[in-house]
Amino acid sequence: MIQYAFYILSALSVASALMTVFTRKPVYSVLYLIFFFFTLFGHYILLNAQFLAAVHLIVYAGAIMVLFLFIIMMLNLNKEIEPNKSVVAKFAAVISGGLLMIVVISAMKGVDNIALNHRSDIGLVETLGNVLYNKYMLPFEMVSVLFLTAIVGAVMLGKKEIK
Amino acid sequence: MTGITINHYILLSAVLFCIGVAGVLFRRNAIVIFMCIELMLNSVNLLLTAFSNQHNDPSGQIFVFFIMAVAAAEVAVGLAILVMIYRNARSVDIDFFNKLKE
Repeated sequence: MIQYAFYILSALSVASALMTVFTRKPVYSVLYLIFFFFTLFGHYILLNAQFLAAVHLIVYAGAIMVLFLFIIMMLNLNKEIEPNKSVVAKFAAVISGGLLMIVVISAMKGVDNIALNHRSDIGLVETLGNVLYNKYMLPFEMVSVLFLTAIVGAVMLGKKEIK
Repeated sequence: MTGITINHYILLSAVLFCIGVAGVLFRRNAIVIFMCIELMLNSVNLLLTAFSNQHNDPSGQIFVFFIMAVAAAEVAVGLAILVMIYRNARSVDIDFFNKLKE
């Protein structure tokens, strides 16, 4: 049962990732990417990481992709007149992606074939909260500083220059 | 119990990551390139979760939270830069931004 769910979800994620790259219109790219995030949500559920799945959906599909969609619509970029790269450049892009894939997969060839535990409870809020607020307290605080910097940077960049 | 092993997830993440890399090289629209970077970050997130499940260690999932935070900050600043570039150049075509070469 879990096997079939995994294979179906994987096929959907790879297909939607490919469509994200190869669709012409940017808005369709965004929509396919949102679909990709939903398939990843399914993967997280399969791995029994419930809290992570919820956070993933809220942060990515809810916040980041809305930001993308908003920018595309605000700048009115949904035109197909994106000038094509030369055929050589496209060919080189696909070839280098495929070569990288071969290298990564063959580097991971020797990994032990361990079956995953689909009944673990490390994905629960309680476990994650305990680890996050004890072991990773300092990085957690640093993330808040990072966000503050990002907010200031975004406001500074987005502001119109005052002549 | 089930036939799904860590190798399945390694294969899937490698494929997704390489689709992202190919997309960055393939497209010229800067916004789509940003989306391909998100794709790569997400494939890494998936692999981290799978390894955290394999080792029964919650640290992997904590790392995923930090990656999400970095991705959110990166998108906010990156899109602000893109809006600024668009305001100056009226285009988000990256082949147009080779001014540093001159």
